[in-house]
Amino acid sequence: MRLELRAAGARHPAARADAPPALNQLSAVVQPGEQLAVIGPSGAGKTTLLQVIACALKAQSGSVLLEERDPWQLPRGELQRLRGELFLAPQVPPLPPRQRVVTAVLAGRLPQLTLAQSVRSLFYPSDIEGAARALSAFDLADKLFERVDRLSGGERQRVGLARALVSRARLLLVDEPLSALDPARAEQALLALTRFARETGATLVVSLHDVPLALRHFPRVIGLRAGTLEFDLPCAEVTPQRLGALYAQEPDELAGPAPASEPLLVPAPRVAMQCR
Amino acid sequence: MRDPAWPARVCACLAAAVVLAPLLVLAEFRPWVLLSPGSLEPTLRFLADFAVPRFDAEFLLLVARETWRTVAMATAGLTLALLAAVPLALLSVRTLSLSGLAGRMAAAPAVLRWAVRALLAVLRSVPELIWALVFVRVVGLGATAGVLAIALTYAGMLGKVYGEILESSESHAATALMRNGAGRLQAFLYGLLPANAAELTSYTVYRWECAIRSSAVLGFVGAGGLGQQIDASMKMFNGAEVSTMLLVFVALVTLSDRLSAWLRRMLG
Repeated sequence: MRLELRAAGARHPAARADAPPALNQLSAVVQPGEQLAVIGPSGAGKTTLLQVIACALKAQSGSVLLEERDPWQLPRGELQRLRGELFLAPQVPPLPPRQRVVTAVLAGRLPQLTLAQSVRSLFYPSDIEGAARALSAFDLADKLFERVDRLSGGERQRVGLARALVSRARLLLVDEPLSALDPARAEQALLALTRFARETGATLVVSLHDVPLALRHFPRVIGLRAGTLEFDLPCAEVTPQRLGALYAQEPDELAGPAPASEPLLVPAPRVAMQCR
Repeated sequence: MRDPAWPARVCACLAAAVVLAPLLVLAEFRPWVLLSPGSLEPTLRFLADFAVPRFDAEFLLLVARETWRTVAMATAGLTLALLAAVPLALLSVRTLSLSGLAGRMAAAPAVLRWAVRALLAVLRSVPELIWALVFVRVVGLGATAGVLAIALTYAGMLGKVYGEILESSESHAATALMRNGAGRLQAFLYGLLPANAAELTSYTVYRWECAIRSSAVLGFVGAGGLGQQIDASMKMFNGAEVSTMLLVFVALVTLSDRLSAWLRRMLG
């Protein structure tokens, strides 16, 4: 899917009115099938950028075009159909704790299922093989029928990524997919994502904390800083000087891999008897 | 060293007493009347009747049939209530709004959600006893009036509380699904329901228990079931029969409690 940002600016809906915008005058064109990484220090606007592209957040100024169309001009049903062709994987994997892994993975295919089919899939999973294939790309095939709340943080994050592999999306937007993974798993997860995008011809945009990993796996890298585009270059031209400037105030983040930000593990709350 | 919060607490207690004392007078709350010799003796005589429940076969058969009728009335009423409450609750949940995904909800869906909430409030603000009195006039004496009365009031209660349970739960999973193009009902089934199934079930069973109890009250206005029998026995000053039927209620409530605990364990 072709993607174009024209001087797009956005702020978080919950932000104060006088807060600086999370994204500022950002312009870029991404061709179908292209793979790119978004890097930058914490709070640079990486998540906001992905949300704006995913039609999860409306750009306040400028515009975002998907396949030459402004999604916000579309009727609501059409917009929702378009969202079915995108896949946004949030940093915290959106998995209900009491759900089984197979159901959580197959939920990635909901836009293609009718309501009757999705109800039937709750009783008997519609594509067990497909879910198992997606999980085995992340070494999780043995967890197919486990419950999500029995998994570790890293396993949950990889289940969230496996959901992307069963979707029929033409544009994959993945937010910090590696924050809870050890280096070997992170490498494997990135390889699985890029291979899947290559095979299906999907466009892939990934935000990453780990700069060396981004440079190793992505032909094109975008550097964000305080909501503005610092550079948009082929990975070979991303010099240490540019990186140094990008992370001038946060040299620690450049040095190491992602800071250990274990995704929020919300334990299943105990069910209390309701007396309302 | 003194607790700085102490004077404020004393003031709050005094203020509460000053406000509540007139309420007690207004409500004619005079518990010592119970202990005056004039009312003590009839009370004790009435209670003494309760002491030995009536357990002969003929009466037990009658009680069994009326118990069955009461449970059937409560279950049918609750089922009808569910038919209305589930769609209304789903309509009222704000976290399942597609237009609300990116900032504010659009005007039309917001008005619709508000209207559904108002409808639920109307349904539950009329007590089931009033509905039953209305329906007894429309469909005549019998269980139908009780079923309809329970259905309407409980649709309002269930719809409101289902909506609240769904709205107060973690919506991240459902939001992510809708952002990826899933429909509202799909997001509910795959995002909200797994996290809330146990709580929704537990609340439904609790409401079933309440429906059994309120069908007893409805029996007093002629809606049939155990309540009507209790009413008849009370009028005959037959404490032994009332006592048997109250024991049946205790058993039913215990049963629903066990059922709810078991369901929660299965779904938790």
